[in-house]
Amino acid sequence: MLTISNLSCDRGDRQLFSGVSFSISAGEWLHLSGDNGVGKTSLLRLICGLGAHTDGHIAWGSDVPQAGPASRSDLREHLIYLGHQLALKDDLSALENLMTHAAVAGQALSHERAFTALAELGLRGRENLPVKVLSQGQKRRAALARLLTSDASLWVLDEPFVALDTHAQAVLTAVMNAHLTRGGMVLLTSHQAVELSGQGHVYRLAA
Amino acid sequence: MSGFTAVVKRDVVLAMRRKTEVLMAVFFFVVVAALFPLGIGPDLNTLRMVAPGILWVGALLASMLSLNRLFASDYADGTLEQMALAPTGLTQLVAGKVVAHWLLSGFPLVVLAPLLGVQFDLSATALWTLSLSLLIGTPVLSLIGSIGAALTLGVRGGEVLIAMLVLPLYVPTLVFGAGAVQAEVTGLGASAHLSILAAMTLISAVLSPWASTAALRLALES
Repeated sequence: MLTISNLSCDRGDRQLFSGVSFSISAGEWLHLSGDNGVGKTSLLRLICGLGAHTDGHIAWGSDVPQAGPASRSDLREHLIYLGHQLALKDDLSALENLMTHAAVAGQALSHERAFTALAELGLRGRENLPVKVLSQGQKRRAALARLLTSDASLWVLDEPFVALDTHAQAVLTAVMNAHLTRGGMVLLTSHQAVELSGQGHVYRLAA
Repeated sequence: MSGFTAVVKRDVVLAMRRKTEVLMAVFFFVVVAALFPLGIGPDLNTLRMVAPGILWVGALLASMLSLNRLFASDYADGTLEQMALAPTGLTQLVAGKVVAHWLLSGFPLVVLAPLLGVQFDLSATALWTLSLSLLIGTPVLSLIGSIGAALTLGVRGGEVLIAMLVLPLYVPTLVFGAGAVQAEVTGLGASAHLSILAAMTLISAVLSPWASTAALRLALES
């Protein structure tokens, strides 16, 4: 369970957001919405531990909320973050990217599982092409394949539907639904309406 | 496979797919070392005297050439933030990147230096000492350089800033590296110099991944 309580964040002299509180339990999803520049990406990065918040608590599991960077190393093992930058190496193939990413993160990943993940996202036959020759949408699919090869329970996705065609969007929704059914958690931002199965709500971030 | 070896392997594979970047530093070293004898003239005594300094300065600059790319591409495509989130821990991964940098920019120089030293009429023992001093000393260049590369990440004009940050810190390595060869040539024996170089390598191996990690986290927060 992820609990965010009274979180606020400053950028220079300007307050980006304040008093953000929500929680996500197993099998639940949360859709973070808000206008451009309101701090959605900053909030996601902050939750992942890629930034410092000014005030408030982030708690993972049954932890008692504590000040400062609470239980971040613990959270890191249960979290997967997909941001605007896809973290793909242009000179490596989609398969190599997937394998390398798992190896760097210290996870065991078999070739079969990586192949299955890429095929499920519609990259069958393109596994061994260098990522630089793929289209934007295909690159994003290659990055999203990470969701299927990881055992993380909390998925933090920043605009996951961007650049995807309608079919890939449906596949991604199905992948997220399967994750929720297994008792996973999804925290995502999107400018379009998101319909996922299970318990979920929309949190509107306002300045 | 631990995260450390995975990063080393990944960086070496990536470099092999873009060979020009690796070859550029090596080519630079060869050209600099080859130009000096032409400019100084054929007096063997002078050449023998300046050889250690020239080869070491060449190695220093060649190693610095590739520093600004150490973290920049990983930072730009988001791989670095994924590394920061990896359960493996960023420090271990940074150490892997530094080792890969040394393998690609330091180690080729160790192998090439004896060949280039022949142009300066260095004796066999002096050539051996030169290689040994580079083998022990060039890791310091990658290690200290990684701190500079991490601190200037995302800064405009970072290449110049790296040089200004890092070159003064390279001075002790240069003094003892070139000094080792000089001492061997004059018959004093290089063991004292080499021991101090080894000590510098060990100290920077302990401290620099930690310092680089702290600097990278700052860059990722903004």
